Amino acid sequence: MEKDEAMIELINVSKSFTLHNQGSAVIPVMKGASLRVKPGECVALTGASGAGKSTLMRVIYGNYLAASGQVLVGELDVARAEPREILTLRRETLGYVSQFLRVVPRVPTLEVVAEPLLAVGADKQAALAKASGLLRRLNIPERLWTLSPTTFSGGEQQRVNIARGFARDYPAILLDEPTASLDARNRETVLSLIEEAKGRGAAIVGIFHDVEARERVCDREINVSEFTPGMAA
Amino acid sequence: MTPLLQVKGIEKRYGARIGCMDVSFYLYPGEVMGIVGESGSGKSTLLNCMAGHLEPDAGQVIFDTRADGPVDTVTMSEPERRMLSRTDWAFVHQHARDGLRMSVSAGGNIGERLMAVGDRHYGDIRHKAIDWLGRVEIDEARVDDRPTAFSGGMQQRLQIARNLVTGPRLVFMDEPTGGLDVSVQARLLDLLRGLVREMGLSAIIVTHDLAVVRLLADRLMVMKGGHVVEAGLTDQVLDDPQHAYTQLLVSSVLQV
Repeated sequence: MEKDEAMIELINVSKSFTLHNQGSAVIPVMKGASLRVKPGECVALTGASGAGKSTLMRVIYGNYLAASGQVLVGELDVARAEPREILTLRRETLGYVSQFLRVVPRVPTLEVVAEPLLAVGADKQAALAKASGLLRRLNIPERLWTLSPTTFSGGEQQRVNIARGFARDYPAILLDEPTASLDARNRETVLSLIEEAKGRGAAIVGIFHDVEARERVCDREINVSEFTPGMAA
Repeated sequence: MTPLLQVKGIEKRYGARIGCMDVSFYLYPGEVMGIVGESGSGKSTLLNCMAGHLEPDAGQVIFDTRADGPVDTVTMSEPERRMLSRTDWAFVHQHARDGLRMSVSAGGNIGERLMAVGDRHYGDIRHKAIDWLGRVEIDEARVDDRPTAFSGGMQQRLQIARNLVTGPRLVFMDEPTGGLDVSVQARLLDLLRGLVREMGLSAIIVTHDLAVVRLLADRLMVMKGGHVVEAGLTDQVLDDPQHAYTQLLVSSVLQV
């Protein structure tokens, strides 16, 4: 990929929800959303709560269906792709650190973190070694690694989620409040992980309420209020 | 990539009543697809049509066989289809007793399927049976016990072992966690997910439990009145449902 080519590009994307069981009310939530993120660049989504930051992120991940426009990640238009193409994209290209950890009960933390590597056929020992390194950096005590993270505290789950999100060197990454509920030491580790990812050329889109963190790792800000119908100034 | 299964225009009627209608989709190797819908939506009818238990009134179920490539299993001969269901296909019933022989030992239940594909060496068969009991987390000391002496969760795990021992490529599952305690369900889900990953299985899972499909299925089909009303990536269908019925289904789930 050329340096000035976008890794993530949205062209005139709109999104609305139709509530069939509430009088078929149509709620437009996004209109004319366009953005470009190049490799090595980190872009922050800003805007008031409810402006559609998470919605935009979910549209990029293919979790929400765009109503119109193009959602390009690498070569793929997520807005029109088949499920299996999106699954491949998520496995190989696009990482996502959400705010919530969703795992199969009983699977040990170490395997939860190594899973993105195992899913692309990485060597099991190498995958577990990478996962151990991340858990150690994020200060998850080793005695917890064999337990399922379902019983962990909110902060611990968040760190397991981050470790999992950074287990693979994805070329494109989505981060939803990665430093929320972290103490200073762990926050520093997460910011370093983001800087390292940028250093190796990852294109990142993030939501950061933590202003200092945003100013340190993000190159640009995009105010999603511009894309919110009825909210634009 | 050649799809493992191509379902084209499947239709099944019970007299004037529609069982399922106009169902078409491709399933690729390694994919797990969930089919959800309320009782009577046609999901079990569809599953049974695909697995060769029911003859559809119209449509094709094309399976990519190892020897001859894609073949329509609806029109293939009965012996060929039976061979397929013993080798490349597996069917996990909701009620384990429908998929097990209750009067035969646990080891015998697993061994029987091996013998059906030509294994003859008693020592090998017993060894494989014990290995599979371990993989589905049943103590090998129970190898000579009959399934009647097992709990519901153990019976279901034994049924899974019996089905997977021959290394199938496609597994049909009809409400595999139905009727089990929640804690037993979690264990079974974890086990199934691990096996699907390790063996590179493709699977079609019929269930009414949305939590089960969220954890197990990559893709989801929603059925109502015999028709597919919505299909797509599992998390997309559950988090951003487009059809009125799917919205109702998703919003009806009780939050824990």
